[in-house]
Amino acid sequence: MGEWLRDRLARVAGPQLAGLLVPVAAVLAAFLIGAVMMLALGANPLEGYWALLEGAFGDVDALADTALKSMPLLLVGIGICIAFRASVINIGGEGQMIAGAIVSTLVALGFPDLPRVLLVPLVLVGGLVGGALWGALPGALKAYSGVNEILSTIMLNIVAVQLMNFLLRDPIMDPYEKEHGRLPQTERLSENSDLPLLPGGTRLHVGILVAVAMAGLAYVLLWRTALGYRLRAVGHSAAAARYAGMPVKRTIVAALTFSGAMCGLAGAILVFGSESHRFVTDGSSVGFTGSAGFNGIVTALFGGLHPLWTIPSSFFFGGLQFGANAMQRAVQVPAALIVGLNGLVVVFVVSSDRLRRVVGESLAQGRRIRSGESIDG
Amino acid sequence: MADHTVPLLELRGITKRFPGVLANDDVHLDVLPGEIHALLGENGAGKSTLMKVLYGLYRPDAGEVLLSGEPSGIATPADAIDAGVAMIHQHFMLVPTLTVAENVALGLADNGMLLDTTAVAGRIRELSARYGLHVDPSAYVWQLAVGERQRVEIVKALYRDCRLLVLDEPTAVLTPLEVDELFVTLRTMAADGVGLIFISHKLDEVLALSDRITVMRDGRVTGETTPGQTSKGELADMMVGRAVQLAPDRPAADVGEVRLAVDGLRVMGDRGLESVTGCTIEVRAGEVVGIAGVSGNGQRELAEAVAGLRQPTGGTVAIDGTDVTGQHPSRVRAAGLAYVPEERMRDGVVGEFTVAENLILVDHDRDPYCRRGLLRLGAIADACRDLVARFTVKTPSLETTTSNLSGGNIQKLILARELSGEPRVLVAAQPTRGVDIGAAEYIHRRLIDERSSGTAVLVISEDLDEVLALSDRVAVMFAGRIVEVMDVADATVERLGLLMAGTGVEEVGAA
Repeated sequence: MGEWLRDRLARVAGPQLAGLLVPVAAVLAAFLIGAVMMLALGANPLEGYWALLEGAFGDVDALADTALKSMPLLLVGIGICIAFRASVINIGGEGQMIAGAIVSTLVALGFPDLPRVLLVPLVLVGGLVGGALWGALPGALKAYSGVNEILSTIMLNIVAVQLMNFLLRDPIMDPYEKEHGRLPQTERLSENSDLPLLPGGTRLHVGILVAVAMAGLAYVLLWRTALGYRLRAVGHSAAAARYAGMPVKRTIVAALTFSGAMCGLAGAILVFGSESHRFVTDGSSVGFTGSAGFNGIVTALFGGLHPLWTIPSSFFFGGLQFGANAMQRAVQVPAALIVGLNGLVVVFVVSSDRLRRVVGESLAQGRRIRSGESIDG
Repeated sequence: MADHTVPLLELRGITKRFPGVLANDDVHLDVLPGEIHALLGENGAGKSTLMKVLYGLYRPDAGEVLLSGEPSGIATPADAIDAGVAMIHQHFMLVPTLTVAENVALGLADNGMLLDTTAVAGRIRELSARYGLHVDPSAYVWQLAVGERQRVEIVKALYRDCRLLVLDEPTAVLTPLEVDELFVTLRTMAADGVGLIFISHKLDEVLALSDRITVMRDGRVTGETTPGQTSKGELADMMVGRAVQLAPDRPAADVGEVRLAVDGLRVMGDRGLESVTGCTIEVRAGEVVGIAGVSGNGQRELAEAVAGLRQPTGGTVAIDGTDVTGQHPSRVRAAGLAYVPEERMRDGVVGEFTVAENLILVDHDRDPYCRRGLLRLGAIADACRDLVARFTVKTPSLETTTSNLSGGNIQKLILARELSGEPRVLVAAQPTRGVDIGAAEYIHRRLIDERSSGTAVLVISEDLDEVLALSDRVAVMFAGRIVEVMDVADATVERLGLLMAGTGVEEVGAA
């Protein structure tokens, strides 16, 4: 459907708008297929989607909850933008989130009596550092030993989960749980480490602002700094980057370090922005991260690997996730349908992402021909 | 050649339009039996389009193709082959894992169930002897050198009894000696009545070989002439559409101290064999040293090792007195090297980057482009606008994606960037390969200017004319080492050709 969709949209909306419309059309197509699935389950898709929208974006509280759900998607998405721009495929968001959560939790457990103005920034920095380390490791392996980062980051996810399970079941386990219960979680962490709530009476906390600020910083990093310039140069052509004298290996390590730092920050904010104010899991990685380490890849791709576009993108996917429960209640289809819907959007987005590049290429080609420059005929 | 014979081929008013561009505009061309007709033009002039129309790959929007006075009826390449039209492309259409005989027999209609390779081989030997093509039918194509592969292609065409043979830039891959041999073969074919279309942009060869010359520019025929009636200069003007200076003025050299010293350098090639086998050469301030040689004799590896892109296994490289052997490219550049790489699109630019981004590729982290790690977009735009203007890079804007520029403009962009750093040593590998004449003329002038302002310039080129036009001293590279260095005044094409082919090396003694 790729070519067809592009042609149609370009004809109706003009080539400039087509770039924006393609992802929208991809989402609509996914929803259409979702509707068919709902019909097959005997539910009314209009009713279902309405409940989904209502649940996700219907009122202030829903919007706030959607925003909370979006926060880890956004931070991981920003990390993915940074890594993918450097042609480093970071599949280790889950592990880096966990690493960030672990380090920040250790900070909070180690200095519980620090004043809040110090402890809150400190735990966030702990998250950054933990994620950065967990990203730098596969980065260094790739740069200096040629280890494929897709494999190493995935495997480090598993290592991180086991490390988390070990820590939460013994060394940093809540002493009360240790004695009586079985829940793998920490004690209630120091109140001085609670992320401050934003005014307005919602559950929104300062972590949301941090995430949005990071998107802005990542934009500056990628397009306004020498390091970001090198990241993109290495991403497009390592050969040209090396020829120009850039430290290609160090740049690859930097990409995964920054990427991991963003994911680690997401992990820290999940812990210190949580209702329970504990680091808690159910033994799997999903139990803590909610798969944000993977879904963030989707939001980043949907945002065109641009940190600022990743903001609305993650808000949209956060809404889908949060609204799914409301949809389940309204029309009795399993919330898992949303997972399938997510998957469909991914398929369409990835193909449309390619599409956008193709559209851009062909536009550029047209410009070149019109401007009368040499083309080899 | 009889003037009254019916043309073997006649292209009448061929017009071919692509979206936004008129590739062929009312083109007329005819080839008589036994005639060698040169088709001359720059990249994008419409030569390839015209030949694709002839070969049935494109359908013309207007005009007709006549073979021996009849409408050709060629709609596909298969039709073309049946009609006796053969085409030898720049990239050979051979299966490397098959033998010469198998390649020749491939696609023949009357092969039957089993391939009678002995019969095919017999015929190949016959043709080889007759046309002076040295080809072993039982050799595997992957074992053959480029020149030999080209001979296989010609044998293939002869085997199919072609009446009209189109050769697309056939000499680009050959040594001068091989070029001479090719010309002998082509003249023999012409004497047998085969019509030949010889596509080229090398003016000397066109003048030496052809009976008639048709020049194209911007999709149109801009002139038809014969070698007796024209000159190199006139042909170049017809190709470019304005007066062209073929050889740049070279003021007397004011040679200074040694700036680039390569001593006994050894470098491994990609296939794990030693490509540079003890190469020694010096380039002094204010001179151009040109390295001539047939492709694959270690020139590429030499240049890459000098630039720090390839790790030498022995010997030393010094720039301006600093030993930079095996150093990271950034160190080599810091010592004063600027490098125009052979693989322009792979190494020279980031294709997806904008023109401005590519202009700052080397100095992006230095003042004035960058302060405290932050890029200064205003300063970058100012500097880039200036560079684009000074080096006449034709681009719609600074924000244009670089891969959309033509080869000549990309090369000017690279030159602008490399020369803006005021280098001590400039290494330029194949500086004008695939670049149109106008840009090549400009690039040559810039290289000479650079040398005259005191930079040591090393030019590596497979184009002998280029080496002779630019160099103060000419070095010949063969089998990984410099076999001789001579003053340009002593360098003749014949002498260089022999050295490039490896003959006369013994007399010279090991370098």
